[in-house]
Amino acid sequence: MRNAFESTIASYKKVELYRMAENRLRIVVAKPGLDGHDRGAKIIARALRDGGFEVIYTGLHQTPEMIAEAVLQEDADAVGLSVLSGAHMTLFPEIMRLLKEKGAEDVAVFGGGIIPEDDAARLKAMGVKEIFTPGASTEDIVKWVRENIHPRQ
Amino acid sequence: MRTREQWLKETYKKAAQRPARFSTVSDMEIEPVYGPEDLTADFDRDIGYPGEYPYTRGVYGSMYRGRLWTMRQFAGFGLAEDTNARFHFLLSQGQDGLSTAFDMPTLMGYDADHERARGEVGREGVSVTSIHDMARLFDRIPVDKVTTSMTVNCSASILLAMYLVNAERQGVPWERVGGTIQNDMLKEFIAQKEWICPPQPAVRIVTDMIEFCAKKAPRWHPVSISGYHIREAGSTAVQELAFTLADGICYVEEALKRGLDIDDFAPRLSFFFNLHNDFLEEVAKLRAARRIWARLMKERFHAKSERSMLLRTHAQTAGASLTAQQPLNNIVRVAIQALAGVMGGVQSLHTNSMDETLALPTEGAVMVALRTQQIIAEESGVANTADPLGGSYAVEALTDRMERDALQYIRKIDEMGGMIRAIDTGYPQREIADAAFHYQRQLEDRTKTVVGVNKYTVPEELPIPTLKIDHALEEKQVQRVRKMKQGRNSARVKEALRLVAQACRSGDNLMDPICEAVRREATVGEISDIFRAEFGVYKDPGWL
Repeated sequence: MRNAFESTIASYKKVELYRMAENRLRIVVAKPGLDGHDRGAKIIARALRDGGFEVIYTGLHQTPEMIAEAVLQEDADAVGLSVLSGAHMTLFPEIMRLLKEKGAEDVAVFGGGIIPEDDAARLKAMGVKEIFTPGASTEDIVKWVRENIHPRQ
Repeated sequence: MRTREQWLKETYKKAAQRPARFSTVSDMEIEPVYGPEDLTADFDRDIGYPGEYPYTRGVYGSMYRGRLWTMRQFAGFGLAEDTNARFHFLLSQGQDGLSTAFDMPTLMGYDADHERARGEVGREGVSVTSIHDMARLFDRIPVDKVTTSMTVNCSASILLAMYLVNAERQGVPWERVGGTIQNDMLKEFIAQKEWICPPQPAVRIVTDMIEFCAKKAPRWHPVSISGYHIREAGSTAVQELAFTLADGICYVEEALKRGLDIDDFAPRLSFFFNLHNDFLEEVAKLRAARRIWARLMKERFHAKSERSMLLRTHAQTAGASLTAQQPLNNIVRVAIQALAGVMGGVQSLHTNSMDETLALPTEGAVMVALRTQQIIAEESGVANTADPLGGSYAVEALTDRMERDALQYIRKIDEMGGMIRAIDTGYPQREIADAAFHYQRQLEDRTKTVVGVNKYTVPEELPIPTLKIDHALEEKQVQRVRKMKQGRNSARVKEALRLVAQACRSGDNLMDPICEAVRREATVGEISDIFRAEFGVYKDPGWL
């Protein structure tokens, strides 16, 4: 059985953890579109979680509306979109438009997938913070999130 | 004579070994050398000659001396007429069979004019909404002479119906139509993740198609039991082998429950495996697959016909192994992978194009991929003799090892109550996600190498030309579909859809009513909506 000292320590730790969790960045990893390529999204979600972030994975086949809703519901600081279907030029702008409409334009949007260089440049010009393409390491992505994503005010 | 153990002791006392972990790409450890001690297989019982039970060495006696494998390049993009032009190009270049890639809306059961199709029409494959698109797709292609493979799963029943109705219109009776439809829903829940309704009704539709084809389209392969996507999702080679065969067991059991005789449908079951970089592992996987399946069919399901015991397989080189960096290197990867497929005795083969991590392939890139197969077939000499690696200490040992490990998985899934139950608990999905994560870690700590990505990188990439899909085509297809819907007899469409819904409820075979609905110009989306209403919609559990 635990003695009083141990349970005090345990509850103290719990409070500490709670505080840490409170300050932890909340990131929605979302998979818009109709395709089922979730290998990358799942690996990124796991790596971000292991990197100390609070990660909410939406699962597959999300519409832009569902994703914007999830971002608001989860009070996320950022949303990472994984698109391998070629529909990125439709999906990214639509999700950004919806976030803006809902007053959440300060949520950082980043993403990855099969996205040609010139499309990536166009997306960044529209305000997408970063696009990661095949071969990017989870280490680099975690590092990038740590350095570039900040808690929403 | 020295034993292998003695030899190892003596050799490794003085020989230096690189400080590496010597394991396959699936992280299966490999011995420094294999010898007669590892040849535990009994020649007559486990190996034998090609074309003889248990078919370890190949399903046909003469193998590629009798007939080369079918060179079948997967193609599809844009509107039906764009893909039709690519089909004619491929046939003119010496390809023998067609293989159709549909776009995401078609694959997920949505019409081109549906809200959810926006941005996706004709992007990852060809857009087919109605029988008219199917007719454009196979324009001037004689469906009694060219066999076609169609990669489609949750909406497969509708696309097969369209293919058959189009054959009718070409004046070709169903009995003479040959081809394959992927239609493997179990691996969708496990790996590729294109679905409409939950596993139970999804498998019921597959079983309807197995039954229907056995009776009415006997040259058609109603399901291609696929490991390809399982591997692409990040599984190991053993997991690919085991989960694929476990899926096969499930379909066989469901068809038997219908009262079908095993020998009436089993000969038309076909398979589809991945070909990854690890050459010996892949050859062993294909050999083990044939042996396990033959034994399952004979011993567990009491098949009498030899044809029921043959695991005939298509194979495709591993898309996930290709790199966006230094894409020309992909030509070499594809050649090694394709060679493993041929040494492993596949019946048909797709070689990926070097540019497929960037976009759908250009015509030039597809030609190099097809030429790779032709060089293997006609220049390398490996097709001159069947199972040329049979008897190799290493390959036989790996074949045995993979058989053993795969059977362990299959036993576990049997104990769980079969594959549908296993999927419900997320078991295969989690095994694959864990393996994918493990491999990613190995890439990042550089215990596994991908040339040009985590080793031998270059600061500046030379760009290669890629295929651009015109955004305007989506609008064109949307307008075409809307016009078609306005011009048809909607009362007749409604009546046909009502009969599909009725068959969903009564349990009658769905294929005849679906064929009739398709004849009356009912669309992919409309028939899928009946499935959604009658069977419910499956949602991704989103397991990490």
